[in-house]
Parts: sequence; structure tokens; C-alpha cells
Amino acid sequence: MNNTPLHISALLSTLEDSLIETISERKLSNPLMIGIRTGGVWIAEHLHQRLNFEEPLGLLDISFYRDDFSQIGVHPNVKPSQLPTTIEGRDIILVDDVFYTGRTIRAALNEIFDYGRPNQVVLAVLIERDGRQIPLKPDCYGARISLQANQRIKLTGPEPLSIYIQSMNEAA
Amino acid sequence: MTENLQLNSDGKLKHFLTIEGLDKALLTEILDTAESFAGMSEQQVKKVPLLRGKTIVNLFFENSTRTRTTFELAAIRLSADVINMNIATSATSKGESLLDTIRNLEAMFVDMFVVRHATSGAAHFIAQHTAPHVSVINAGDGQHSHPTQAMLDMFTIRQIKKEFAPLRVAIIGDILHSRVARSQILALNTLGAAEIRVIAPKTLLPAHVETLGVNVFHNLTEGLKDIDVVIMLRLQKERMTSALLPSESEYFKCFGLTPSKLKIAKPDAIVMHPGPINRGVEIDTRVADGPQSVILQQVSNGIAVRMAVMSMAMQARGNG
Repeated sequence: MNNTPLHISALLSTLEDSLIETISERKLSNPLMIGIRTGGVWIAEHLHQRLNFEEPLGLLDISFYRDDFSQIGVHPNVKPSQLPTTIEGRDIILVDDVFYTGRTIRAALNEIFDYGRPNQVVLAVLIERDGRQIPLKPDCYGARISLQANQRIKLTGPEPLSIYIQSMNEAA
Repeated sequence: MTENLQLNSDGKLKHFLTIEGLDKALLTEILDTAESFAGMSEQQVKKVPLLRGKTIVNLFFENSTRTRTTFELAAIRLSADVINMNIATSATSKGESLLDTIRNLEAMFVDMFVVRHATSGAAHFIAQHTAPHVSVINAGDGQHSHPTQAMLDMFTIRQIKKEFAPLRVAIIGDILHSRVARSQILALNTLGAAEIRVIAPKTLLPAHVETLGVNVFHNLTEGLKDIDVVIMLRLQKERMTSALLPSESEYFKCFGLTPSKLKIAKPDAIVMHPGPINRGVEIDTRVADGPQSVILQQVSNGIAVRMAVMSMAMQARGNG
């Protein structure tokens, strides 16, 4: 196994710039930031701090909304989602670490919409990798990466937060 | 045989019929999964789409309020479709056999049966004969087993006391006829409680009860010493007529839990009861409604534990 580290602070800065641009383009007003557990929350905490948002970060646990339940089941010790009292009419910035198939975001949107009807949702991810399976895409990203079949992105955190490309040996 | 029937080839819970044959890891997995669902009750939206499109039939051949309602709520909160079969008005009362009832419901593409029956082994029998894709949950069979009640009791104990290892637990009352007590004793022993006591008159204890791994007391005052968890059982009124007991007031005098009796247990002892409670028969109103009572917490926890068992069983089926 071989790990290629990526520059987390550079990625966060690019994502931050891209997000500031999107906030102004989409005219987001008083946006609520929501991180998806676990990696998305770590990224969201950094963005939340960098952008000086006052309203506490929302936390989303999508375990109960996954579409692969019948294959992998429920993991014990799922933590409840923590969303503010109302989602209705809000502008939301949804944050995740890696955008891959799009299924996590599908599940997250379903959960958010169970709580109310937001005005807009913007998706910000640290890395967008190839492998999309449903018609969803991030609005902002820190980098776009194409990976080989034996590669994947690993995030470790929360402190220190680091990210790397893991390459599995072909023989394994 | 029982343990093989309950688990699929990967060792996952497919049917939940009895605590017997399930190891500590699996019981802990049920409790941990229930922990996840317990948080949901405080959410604005108390519903998740895990079992959407699944059909669950509540098959209650015996009356129940709490158990049936919490099973129904658990299924609804998992987004399953639930049918409550009122057996008194169903074909069974017209003479249809249990197996025929099951076959007919299976033909309607049911995914899970939640069964309560007055005969011991009924849920087990259904699990043996049902189609491979169907899961069976025992909601109480005769005097044999009531595993989800035992697990919600374990969940409540763990919520408050955190660990089982140091705990001394007393189960008080009609042990002889209680499927709840049997399941609780099995669960407490599997989870490693320090001591389990049963406190009851001789007539309400099964023969050789000590072989279940309990210490036997016939005196409430002696039995309550150093106790962390007090579990009261309902005294079934029909037992009075069968000459097992002299009278209700006599029973209350000897085995009823009053505030002064409760003082004998540890000061932070909790009082539990599976319900329905008979105030003034096995438990004093001041204790039932008192600060040490967790009886209503047990009811709330019943939903989370049943959601856990249902979602685990639905996931394990198919890998039979």
C-alpha cells in the first residue's frame, strides 16, 4: 500500500475561495452550513471558522438514509443529526469531504428535505473524484481528481486533518 | 437448534425468538443499535426510511397494549407498512390453523411477523415453517420468552448504570409464570451482571430455579440488601384463584414494594416493571411514581430496541 499526501491547507483555501464566489453568485443570504458525518463535518468546521459564520454548524448523519442498507445494514452507535430548529426557507451550504458516486449527497438531501423545504442548497466538497453514478454534482470543490481502480482518497482527522491518495498493491 | 434458527449463515440476527443461544457480542450489538435509534425520539422528524417498502404484520393472538403499540410505532418510524391482525375477529377464530394463517399472509408478500401467542414456542414454530425471506420476532410466547422486553430492560439498565459487571439485580414476584423473568435472567447472565436474585414465595417459583444462575430468596427484606436494580413483576390476578396465594393484601404485605422496603436496597437503586402495574398489589403507588422509578423510561426505550431488532433482522434475511 502506497500513500500520496495531498496539501490539505491549499485544498481548503481553494474550496473557501470557490465557496465565497458561489455565495455571491447564488446570492445566499445568512447561509446555514451543514457537515456530513464524519469527514464532511471536519471540513465544514474549518470552512465555518474561515468564513466567520456565527450560527452553529449543523451536523448530518445519513446512516439511516443510505440506499445500501439491505447490503450493509445499520452500524451501531449512529449519532443523531443536529439541525437547527428550522430548515424551511433557508439557504444551505452542504459540506462533504469527497464527492464520489453522489449517493451520500442523495441521502443527505433526503434527510434535509424531511426537516423542511430549504430555499437553496449549495454543495461544497474538498475533493470531487470521478465515478459519479447519479445526476448530482458539487457546486464548489478544492480539487478534481481522477483515480485508478486501485486508488482511493483517505481523510484522517479531526486534528491534525490530513488527506492522501491510497494506492493498493495490484497483487493484494 | 434454536440458535441456528435465529442466526443466518453470517451469524447475524435473522429471527429474534429468545435470548437463549445469543452471545454477549450480539446482545451488545442490539443495545448499541438501539442507542442510535433512541436519539431519534428527540428529533423533529421521528422517522427514517430504512424499511421503506417492507411489510410487517403484527400477529397478536394474545392481548397487549404496550408491546403491540411500541412494535407498531417502531415499524412506522422505520417507514415500514404495518398491519395489525386482530386475531379475535380473524379466520383463526373460524378454525383456520396457525400454519394456514401464516401461509396466507406469506402469499401477500409479508416481510416480517411480530408474534405474540399464549403457547410457548409459537414464534419458534412459525420461524421454522415460514418462507426463507421472512423474519419472525417473538413478542411473547406463553411462559417461555419475551426477548424484546428483556432487551429494553437491559437497555434501560445500561442507560442508567452504564455497566452490567458490578450490578446486583433482584427480580421480584411471579417468576413461575413470567416469560419476562426468564428472558431477563438469560440476558443479565449473558451480559455479565454480578448477581441475579429472584425473590418470591415458593409457590411462584419454578422447580430448580437456581439452575438458571440465580440466588433464591423468599423474604423481600433479606433479598433487597445491596441491590442496584429492582425489577417488579406483575402479579397475575388469575393466580389468586388457583390457590397459589392466600390473598392480594397478604401478598402485598410480604412482597409488595413500598418506600420503606425500597430503602433496604442501595440508595441509587432503580425500580423497573414491565407493565401493566397493579398498584397496591405488587408495587406501592409512591414507589411506582417515585424518583427511583424508571417504568416510563422503559416504555420509551421499547420503541428504540424494537427498531433495532427489526432493522437488524431485515438486514440479515436473504443470507439465510
